[in-house]
Amino acid sequence: MLDTTAFDLRRYLQGNTHTIGVWITLIVLILFGLMRYDNFGGAYNISSFLNYNAMFIVIAVGMCFVILTGGIDLSVGSVAAFTSVVAAYLSPYGIQVALPGAVAAGLAIGAINAFFVVAMRIPPFIATLATMLGAKGGALVISGAQTISIDWGSNFTKLGMEKAFGVLPWTIVITAIMVVGLWIVLEKTSLGRTVLAVGGGEDASTMMGLSVIKAKVFVYVLSGGCAGMAGLFLASGFGAGQPLEGVGWELSAIASVVVGGTLLTGGLGSVPATVAGALLLGLVFNILNFENGRGVISLSAYWQMVIRGAFLFVVIVFQSRVAASGKKGVV
Amino acid sequence: MSAENKPMSSTQGDGLRRLSFDWKRISKNGGALALLVILAFNILVTPNFLHPQTLFVNISQVATIAIVAVGMTLVIATGGIDLSVGAVMALAGALAPLIFTSPFAQANPELGLALAIVVPVLVALVCGVFNGFMVSYLNVQPIVATLIFFISGRGIALVLTNGNLQTFTHPGFSYLGTGKVLGFPFQGYLVVVIAIIVWWLVNHSVFGRQLLAVGGNEKAAKLSGVPVKRVKIGAYVICAGLSGIAGLIVVAINSASDAARIGNLMELDAIAAAVVGGTLLQGGKAPIFGAILGAVIIQLVKYTLLANGVADEVALIAKAGIIIMAVYVQQARKE
Repeated sequence: MLDTTAFDLRRYLQGNTHTIGVWITLIVLILFGLMRYDNFGGAYNISSFLNYNAMFIVIAVGMCFVILTGGIDLSVGSVAAFTSVVAAYLSPYGIQVALPGAVAAGLAIGAINAFFVVAMRIPPFIATLATMLGAKGGALVISGAQTISIDWGSNFTKLGMEKAFGVLPWTIVITAIMVVGLWIVLEKTSLGRTVLAVGGGEDASTMMGLSVIKAKVFVYVLSGGCAGMAGLFLASGFGAGQPLEGVGWELSAIASVVVGGTLLTGGLGSVPATVAGALLLGLVFNILNFENGRGVISLSAYWQMVIRGAFLFVVIVFQSRVAASGKKGVV
Repeated sequence: MSAENKPMSSTQGDGLRRLSFDWKRISKNGGALALLVILAFNILVTPNFLHPQTLFVNISQVATIAIVAVGMTLVIATGGIDLSVGAVMALAGALAPLIFTSPFAQANPELGLALAIVVPVLVALVCGVFNGFMVSYLNVQPIVATLIFFISGRGIALVLTNGNLQTFTHPGFSYLGTGKVLGFPFQGYLVVVIAIIVWWLVNHSVFGRQLLAVGGNEKAAKLSGVPVKRVKIGAYVICAGLSGIAGLIVVAINSASDAARIGNLMELDAIAAAVVGGTLLQGGKAPIFGAILGAVIIQLVKYTLLANGVADEVALIAKAGIIIMAVYVQQARKE
């Protein structure tokens, strides 16, 4: 009857009501910034904005996978702090050792989470709360509660400073590759579809013969690995392993995922929208800086917390309205 | 859930038997056992553990965790969670010195002190209303709903104080955190009073029955006429109010208010205390004295490690281990 292969905007919008809000808001904020501030669209601002937010984006994407299964990962901030220290210690051996090392440390903690959740059947909230404390303690122990300076002589510093192919910093390139790769994994692979199915209904997925355990182990290990990568970015961005960083990151990651329209109950959500959510929360801070730079108002950095919270509130209320109307309509 | 409810209804109104039953349930959780082990270990190993000063220090430190944990227990009993407790503490703690150091309070010391206690707690209650409203009327998941104040509550506190450390000398207000009654810290008594009131609320009031019913099975509770939304809001309001009180105590103990630090990570301590005390995350159970026990265990573990020269950071790992063990035992019992 209808050509189903053709792109039907109306149907697309109907099917994606939960993610429209974040895209519209993101575009509005970007337009606002472009019109109001001279250097907002400049290469320097875009590059440094993405460079700084890369770690939040990768964490948010990992979190998105966990939340899609109906779980949660509170340990990501501590894991990033832990792996930033690991990366700093490994930095003298170069990026070819530090990168796999930091990611492997993250994957290992993710595996511990998976063990707690899958094998010991501890609720994700509590299991990852415990690893959050454990990883934070671990980071402080191995660093002696000091920031660990990276080795400026090795090629580790290239990560944050040198531009890949002379265009974008490596951090951004790696992030982009991870985002696209994980997007494909979620949308196009059976593992990704299983992740979505588990969140939609765990019992039903089991009965359909889907490997629920595999999907769950995958998301927690993945989230740990993403946090490990974020720790690497953190160490390279600040030139030191930061055992005290990462506080509250898990909640901004959850906020990004939620702003991106992913339901915390799982089963519904998308990778690009999560990235948009992370960018949105980052933009709030960026725009605040520009606004302060104009000198008309002077809002302290503390305001960004208030504004982010208010933002989250607006998005959540909007979503709950959409969800309420969606129950009647087509979703 | 139903198995838990039966003995409760049969002993309804019988305070003493109820208490002893609670104790049995606690010991089944292994919490009491853990406490005994920690105490025995300390008596044998930690120098000067039996000194009265040790007791004094621990009581004055455990009070804030215990008070927040009691509120958290109520919220968890409805099947929810409150991440905003630390931020609400910061908000209340930032407001109090602003009020009693204001010119108006200087002119009217008594009224100023009263306002410095009442207004922050009222503000905290408003935060609770907001949390409860989001959860019950807008159907927002508790983690997300309370995330809003987790982020912005501390932000508001920092904006109010401009991020400055507020130090003060105000004997009246400091009594909340440093006062002594019969040689024990004032806030220790406060914990006992709060625990008894909330315990009574949970076990002997209509609100308490409804609270447990909502946590046990929300749909069934709704169908049997329980005002689910109001009950949930009630739980969040009490939790926020208790957090506000805890925030005041922290400020009073330090004679200083640092909005960036008051109640930092308190949500984790409170959740851990509640869980160690036997609260089920699925809801339907509100062991108030269990939460106090959980708070005491967490405080004692922290103290034990510190007193034996183990670094603060290792204490975090120990805390993580305790939480996992407590929940694992819980899960194992359920299956």
